[in-house]
This record gives sequence, C-alpha cells and structure tokens, in this order.
Amino acid sequence: MSYVVEMLNIRKEFPGIVANDNITLALKKGEIHALLGENGAGKSTLMGVLFGMYQPERGIVKVNGKEVRIANPNVANRLGIGMVHQHFKLVENFTVTENIILGSEPLKGMVLDIDKAAKRIEELSKHYGLNVDPHAKIEDISVGMQQRVEILKMLYREADVLILDEPTAVLTPAEIDELMKIMRNLIKEGKSIIIITHKLKEIKAVADRCTVIRRGKGIGTVNVADASEASLAEMMVGRHVSFKVDKKESTPGEVVLKIDSLSVKNNRKVMGLKDFSLEVRAGEIVGVAGVEGNGQTELVEAITGLRKAESGTVLISGEEITNLPIRDRNEKGISHIPEDRHKRGLVLDYTLESNMVLQIYNKPPFSKYGLLNESAMKTYAQNILTNFDVRSGEGAASIARTLSGGNQQKAIIGRELELDPKLLIAVQPTRGLDVGSIEYIHKRIIEHRDKGNAVLLISLELDEVLQLSDRIAIVNNGELVGTVIASETNENEVGLMMAGVAKERSI
Amino acid sequence: MRNTIVSLISIILGLVAGGILMLFIGSNPIEGYSYLLQGALKNIERIGNTLATATPLIFTGLSVAFAFRTGLFNIGASGQMLVGGLAASAVGLTFDLSRPVLLLVMVLVGLIAGGLWAFVPGLLKAKFNVHEVVSTIMMNWIAYWTIYYVVPGYFKGEFLETESKKLAESATLRTPFLTDMFDGSYINLGLFLAVIAVIIIAFIIDKTTLGFELKAVGFNRFAAEYAGMKVNRNIILSMLISGALAGVGGVALYTGNASSIQIGILPAQGYDGIAVALLGANHPIGVFFAAVLFGILYSGTGFMNAMTDIPPELANTIIAIIIYFAATSVMIERLLNKFMKRRSNRKDKSGPVVEKGDS
Repeated sequence: MSYVVEMLNIRKEFPGIVANDNITLALKKGEIHALLGENGAGKSTLMGVLFGMYQPERGIVKVNGKEVRIANPNVANRLGIGMVHQHFKLVENFTVTENIILGSEPLKGMVLDIDKAAKRIEELSKHYGLNVDPHAKIEDISVGMQQRVEILKMLYREADVLILDEPTAVLTPAEIDELMKIMRNLIKEGKSIIIITHKLKEIKAVADRCTVIRRGKGIGTVNVADASEASLAEMMVGRHVSFKVDKKESTPGEVVLKIDSLSVKNNRKVMGLKDFSLEVRAGEIVGVAGVEGNGQTELVEAITGLRKAESGTVLISGEEITNLPIRDRNEKGISHIPEDRHKRGLVLDYTLESNMVLQIYNKPPFSKYGLLNESAMKTYAQNILTNFDVRSGEGAASIARTLSGGNQQKAIIGRELELDPKLLIAVQPTRGLDVGSIEYIHKRIIEHRDKGNAVLLISLELDEVLQLSDRIAIVNNGELVGTVIASETNENEVGLMMAGVAKERSI
Repeated sequence: MRNTIVSLISIILGLVAGGILMLFIGSNPIEGYSYLLQGALKNIERIGNTLATATPLIFTGLSVAFAFRTGLFNIGASGQMLVGGLAASAVGLTFDLSRPVLLLVMVLVGLIAGGLWAFVPGLLKAKFNVHEVVSTIMMNWIAYWTIYYVVPGYFKGEFLETESKKLAESATLRTPFLTDMFDGSYINLGLFLAVIAVIIIAFIIDKTTLGFELKAVGFNRFAAEYAGMKVNRNIILSMLISGALAGVGGVALYTGNASSIQIGILPAQGYDGIAVALLGANHPIGVFFAAVLFGILYSGTGFMNAMTDIPPELANTIIAIIIYFAATSVMIERLLNKFMKRRSNRKDKSGPVVEKGDS
C-alpha cells in the first residue's frame, strides 16, 4: 500500500508545552483520514508541521515515500499539500478568481489574464461539483461557499493532499452535507484528504481511517468502519463519555427574564426581530431554535444592550432594563457567552488574566481608587482556568490569542459562569468544542440552572437545544413560531417549526 | 523586551545606512558620527541643549503613543502644541503674577488648550465616526491660521511682525539654576515636566483601570463594548489626554526652549512625535529614549556640518531611515525569528526538498 504522506514520530515543543510527542500519521492515497483529538490536543500543530508552519524537533516527514524538510508553506504547496484553515484567508472585496490567483497571478504579456484563470476555475468548479461562481465577490457569498473557494484555491494549485482544519465548525447542517459530498468527489478524483475534527458523527459519515491524539500523544489509528462513536470518544478523551445529558426535572420559579413584544432592527436596518415575547423563569433553560439569521442575534443583542430595541420592553426580575447601558445590565445579573468569541468575547491581545476580569476590573478586589490589583486578578483568573481546564502555555499570563479556539471558548464560559449570573445567555456555548468539553460545559450549565438561575440558550445545533433545554422557543424570520416543552417534542416537530410550518403558512 | 531589540536594530541599521550615505558623498562616516556625537554631547552646555531639544519630542511622542494605545492616530500634535504654546504665551504676556503661580497657570492653560484642540476630533470620532486623521490634520491648519491672526493682532513683537513679543525671562520655563548648571544652555523646566509626564502616563497605561479600559478599546472595541466599557467616552478621553500632552509640549517649546511664537510655522515636533512613538514602541519609557536619540541627532548635526562637509540634512535622513526600519519591524522580527529558529534547530537534520514532479 502506498502512502502519500507519512509523518513518523513527530515531536514539537513550544515554550512550556509539548504540543506533539511522538505522533505518527500515515495517509493512504485516495482516503479521507480523520485526525481526532480534544481541543488543544495538538491536531493543528501536527498539521502545521506538515504544512511547513512549524519545524518539528524530532521525527521524519515523507511525501510519496521520500523524506522531505518542509521549511515553509510554499514548500508544502510545491509538494502538493494544501491547507484550508479554520479561519479563511480571503480578501473580502476581491472576487473568487482574484482570491484564488492571489500570489500566482497568470500573465498575458504584462497584464493579468483574469479571464483565463476564471475559465479554469469554472472548469475545476464544475469538475468537482463545487458550484462556485468565479466572478462573485467574497463578501457577497455564504460562509460555506467561501470554504469551497478555499478548496478551489488548493485545487487550482494542483494540490493532491488537502488538509481541512475543522471545516464543519462554521457550516450549517445543509452545508455540512454538501461538503461531505464534495469530499467524496475529491477522493474519486484521486485526491487524499486529512480532516481535522472532533465531531464523531462526521467522522463516521465520511472518513475511512482515523488517527486519534490525546494531550499531544498519538493514541492510534483505527478503521472507522470498525469503530463506534463511543469507542472513538473514549480513545480521544481517555475515559467513558456519556452523550446523554443527565438532568433532573426543572423546577421553574419566578420570572427572571421577561421580553414583551420586542422589535429590533438588524444590520440592514429592517426589522430582524418582530413583536417577540418570551419569559424565562428561574431554574429553567429555555432554548431558542432556528436557522441562522432568523432574529437570534438581534434578540440577544437587545437583551444585553449591544443593540437598541425599536419597541417593546425587556425586564429582569420585574425591573425594566430596555434602555440601560450594558454595564448596568451586567450588574443586574445578566451574563453573556457571545456568539463570536474573537469579535466580542476576548481582547485577543490581552493576557488571560486581564480577559478574565473584563467586566469586573473596576470592582474590588481587582481595583481600588482606580488602581489595578494584579495579584488579585491573577488569583481569580488562575482559579477559573483550573476549574474549566483551560490549557495554555503560560497559565494566566498567556496572551489570549495564543490559545486554541476551544480553550478560548472554555475561558469565556468560565468567566461568565464565575460571575454567577441570574440570567445566563449562552449563544452557541459549545461551538468548536470536543465531546469531552461539551459534556463538561453542559453539566455546568445545568448546574447553574439547578442553583435557581435562568438560562437562555441560543444554538444552531438542534441536538444541543433539544438535550439541554426545558422549553424551546422556535424562531423563524424574526418571529416566534411557538414554544414547546422539550421532553414532549422531537427533532421533526422542531425542524418543521423552524421552517415556519406551525404558522400554517404555505411556503 | 522584543520591542526594545527591534527598535535597537532599527537604530543600528539606520546609523549604518547613514554611514553608507556619508561614504557616498565622499566623507568619512566615523569622523562624521564622531562630530555628530561631539556636537550633541561634547560639553555640559551641549548636553543641556540636546535634552532641551528632546523635551518637546518627549511630549509629542507621549501624545501620539497614548492615543495610539486606544487605537487612535493623533496627527494633530502640531496644532495642539501651537494652541498650547499660544495660550501659555498669552498668559505670560498678559498677567503679572508671582513666578511660581504664573508658570503653573501657563502650564495649565497650555494643557487645557491642547486638550480642547484634540477634544474636537475625539468628539467628532465618537459621535459621527469622522476619522481622527482627517479631523486632527484640519485642526492643525485651524491652529496655524489662528496663530497667524492672533499673534500679529494682539501680541505683536517689538521688531518683527512675524513673531510674538518676547516673554520676560521670569515668565519662561528657564531657570537660572538649570541654565547655570548646564553652562548657559537653554535647557529648562520643561524637561522635568516631560519626565513627570512619562511617569504619569506609564502609570496610567499600566496600573489603572482607566488604562485597562483605554487599551481594551484600542485592541478590540467590540469586546470592550461587550464588557460594558463606554467606548465613545474612552475615545474622547484618550484624545483629550493626548492633546493635553502635546499642549504642554507646546508650552515647553514656546515658553521654554524659545520665548516667542513665530507665525506661519507648524512645529515639526508634532509630526516627529509620530516617529518617536513608533520607535519607542508606544511605551512611555521607550518614547523617552527615542526622543533623546532624536535630540542627539538634531542638535549634533550643526556641529557635524561645521566640521565636515556633510550637509545637516543628513540627520533627518538618518531619522527617516530609522523610522523606515522601525515601521517595517515585522521584517526585522521575521529575521530575528529565523535567526533564533536556526539556533534552536541546529541539530535538526535537513533533508532535501523534493520539487513537485520530482517523484
């Protein structure tokens, strides 16, 4: 059997951390190979080594049986290795074609030959069933389409080995199905794919083999057909993982959050949320289910104060907060796990220490008379990081930017729960997390509920909403379609309501 | 630490490039630099003059650096200096107070005038999202023409129409104690004010909740907003403080280093402040040393020009090249990384790189 890529006994260290310790991964020609591991297990580092972003301290990389030294990504490209990063590297106001040829522009004499490139991109797109318009601007196309542009970029550069770094993290369920189809097409054409992921369902659906790493160490490679989701999870986490969320019956108390006929404009200055009313009581989790962009963002931002409400009221424990500044709302007991952790959740260039007190730096013991008390900040941060198992190179002194996405998310959740809010607004709280962390976060959210607090959960993952919520509010097109009891409903009913069917409107 | 290394490398590269230039015009670089240094530091008087030259640069460097920490680009230090200097001079020429009180009032009005001059762009940015680069530059010209009108109109000099009346010795920041200590140099109390400003600003940035907020807004205003900080208030406040610093810089320049204001000149120190901040990596201590370096280059250049045939413009050229390297610090850092990596990978065996199609 011929291997296109072999990484043998790779070791890579960073200051204070061994990211990869003796890891071996061999990619067969024409297979989809999953690389599975928890957040911060070292998956991205290993692929960074293969893509030439890092030099390993020890170990051998072979491409097509020959030993190579991949000094930088250009060398990797030349060797036919292409990578689609988790955060796309595209120029927003360029067209698809311009983005793809960026760095290797075809010339006709002295001028750029865009037409030729566009034609070739169209051909490639058709050949692999990518359905990308080469003349569309990046800012106008969906995230899923942007990802396909990244894949096209690799194909345009004649990559034979494609590395996809958590490709489904940013996609909607329909886009995920589409991506899997595309991956199968690519394999048929003789490409080989490494997919970095921690989503077991997707591995079962699409991968041929799976290499598991745990805390920087290689655990082994298995045939996906012979493995179950549970066994993969156990390999990854190192203990038995329960997929079922254990929770008691909820015991709703008084109303904590009361939203009354709230209307909010979206970024395009039209009503994104219309006449929306909802109550969340102490001791219950209310999930909001809906397809992305159906008013969830507007709802959350209007409650937290990031966006102005056009009409209607928001009450916290009977007190109106509709027009209060954000800080006052926080002080009234609202905590918010934001949708976009890089934009809102963290000051990426601050240390974790600073980030952990982002809302409360001005309160004792973290400051007195306007002077910061760094040792108090440090102790406080350290405590959160330990409790939530946030892994970083230098503990509380690490710059937030240097953490892996999952660890950043855990840090944010830790920060918000540590505030012990009366109302926790959790938007996609487990986005980008592995099963072990998801299990833990879910447990903590339920604990928070059981302490008698209200939780408003907004998630695009129906599974999560169904498992975690006590009641589910379904939104469609900015309107409340209806509210159902979680234990009395199922995926089908909620799915139909998400499409707006409950209102008996023909679509 | 890393920033310091990058800045030092920029300086060395700038000096080397300046040396090469001297070679090209047929002079001996070693001789040139030795006269440059002598001109700046040869005796106690020259050292005093060098420090005095650096004083306004410390203020404008701090001003630009402080705004930059909040993500704002204050190009208006020149205008803020002018109005600060004008306000202080007006007080010095008009009121007959006891010296300590007069000086204190002069510094305070300079501070307030500079602050107000920057408050306008801050307000425009916060309320209407007008880019501060545009509005601060426009404020520079408003200051320029204000001086053009006010100085000949109300404070005309005795001999020249183009400058203000000279301040009485007792109404300037010069003090016999310093002048004597530095052998008749024009060094003045402005230097002490500058050192105090460095300490205060460093303290604000690193140790206070205000600094915490301002930096958070500068790094990521969306996260700052999310965390409940008042982004607009912080923008205005940052501009206000930035302008106040430049305003006091103007006081130091026009009532310390000089004792009158000329019309028709935007002080170059305002723009040099950008370079000082850049080289000082936007840190107050870094700004201090960068300003002193600029002071050396500026004040040594005359002596170098007198002793050799190297033109005085060379100092500006060297500064420009240093700034060029400091501005492309990414490049220097990359080189640095490569160098460090090579050292840590020395034992790494380097296999051959297979070209595509080779196999």
